[in-house]
Amino acid sequence: MKSGHGDQLLAEGDPEVSEDNERLLAAFREQLDAGMWAAVPVAGAAGRHEAVMVREFGEVPIGTEQVIFFPPAAGGA
Amino acid sequence: MMSVLLAVALLLAALLLPLLAFWPRRSRQGAHPQVGRSRDRAQPAGRTVEARRRELEAERRAEELLRSVVGEDAWQAYRALGFLFAFGPGEEDGQPGYGYLIYPHRAMVSFDARSGVLLNELCVSFPDRIAALEEDGGGERLPDADDVLAKWMAIHGDELALLAEANVLPPGRQIDPDQARRDIARLGEWTARPSGNPAAS
Repeated sequence: MKSGHGDQLLAEGDPEVSEDNERLLAAFREQLDAGMWAAVPVAGAAGRHEAVMVREFGEVPIGTEQVIFFPPAAGGA
Repeated sequence: MMSVLLAVALLLAALLLPLLAFWPRRSRQGAHPQVGRSRDRAQPAGRTVEARRRELEAERRAEELLRSVVGEDAWQAYRALGFLFAFGPGEEDGQPGYGYLIYPHRAMVSFDARSGVLLNELCVSFPDRIAALEEDGGGERLPDADDVLAKWMAIHGDELALLAEANVLPPGRQIDPDQARRDIARLGEWTARPSGNPAAS
């Protein structure tokens, strides 16, 4: 997610492929280094739609289709 | 071994600065030079049209993402009610004890899921600090659908972290309590539909 632009694709690939994995890892780190939060949509019990926050690339669940980065929360007015 | 073809898409963006730096300049140079008598006068109108087009496109993309993440029922609720919702974990009887009304670019309202009593307003935003440094000076913000999705994901993913950042205030600071109560009633009607499922979001 990006202000005024909606979501934009940063990188995609198969994490089982070494070159893809390195590229995905680099994109992941770049976003978190920029202060972004990262969330992964997951299917919970009984098909519930849920999300988990991830802080390390290794925390991304196997089978994940997308990681969504968004600006960190701040107190509003 | 299950299929190892795990397509991972890293969504979002932050650092496409060359592209972002280019867009405002292109829009000022005017897709609509006929507007206004001078080039200078044409610039604001051209910018407005281009900015509006970008805004609509961003909202469309955000709505697609929201729909794909929260599921069809919550998406339809957002379309019908104008807000998203989330519930806390189930209690002994399986029913959630509390819930949230998630409005775009407004405070979230927490409420007792059994009684409907308003609990708090949670004022939280997702300021894009990178965009704030760009030429347009941070005037842009997340599209509405992205804003509610960010809140929804943060509640589900790390509720305590979100609460730690939010300004937690008594009800009525930003959202009219009567409106919030009406919205809770509307949400109750929505989830009571045969296809409604309060646990789905």
